[in-house]
Amino acid sequence: MFDLLIMAVSWILMIVGCVFVVSGAVGLVRMPDLYTRLHAASLTDTGGTIVIGLALIIQAVFIFDNNMAAIKMGLIVFFTLFTGPTASHALAKTALLCGQVPVDADGKPILDSPEEATLLARSRPADYRHGEDAKRIEDEMDALNKKRRGEG
Amino acid sequence: MFIAGILALLVTMALTLWRTLLGPTLFDRLLAVNSFGTKTVLLIAVYGFMTGRPDFLDIALVYALINFVGTIAVLKFFEYDDLGSGKYQEDDF
Repeated sequence: MFDLLIMAVSWILMIVGCVFVVSGAVGLVRMPDLYTRLHAASLTDTGGTIVIGLALIIQAVFIFDNNMAAIKMGLIVFFTLFTGPTASHALAKTALLCGQVPVDADGKPILDSPEEATLLARSRPADYRHGEDAKRIEDEMDALNKKRRGEG
Repeated sequence: MFIAGILALLVTMALTLWRTLLGPTLFDRLLAVNSFGTKTVLLIAVYGFMTGRPDFLDIALVYALINFVGTIAVLKFFEYDDLGSGKYQEDDF
């Protein structure tokens, strides 16, 4: 009875994880734009790893009776929980810094130029408060905003 | 159960490789490769459990860490055109 319950729970977790992982890959192929692809891939990466990892931890503890394997699987889930979002954040920021402009639902760019994307990536709130060149970034952003308002 | 998981992971890895070959920009390819690495970690773990030897988890753990470090290193190379020095960060603004 207990074994049946354990198998049922880990089956359900494994199926849920497989759905996460496959839907993430389908999103990675079908989405139209870099940032939407990033959204699809990074969320399902972390979520799928957590859920499949939980299924494997349950298997290791109750079926295989191997606590060391459960601890190692827990470490993998723990590291993925940190490294997945960090890598996605770094990728999005570098893409913006290199001038990849995000597009809206109609496929139109939401920024005027790649240079504006670079400025947006460099303008952190901390720099406005503490950095020596905060004034320059602020002026450049103001000039760009003024230009956009003038044209629009 | 493990066979179902392995099949789903293999389908996922095939789709991810398709995006790696297709991806219009460098960042698409890098995202797909990072995703592929995470799926490889899961595949190694599930395969270890399927064959009844969970010792494969050591390899999966190391692969997870190396995958993260590799992605960050390539991204830093894109951003600063340099892996070692921090001098670009100072005159970046």
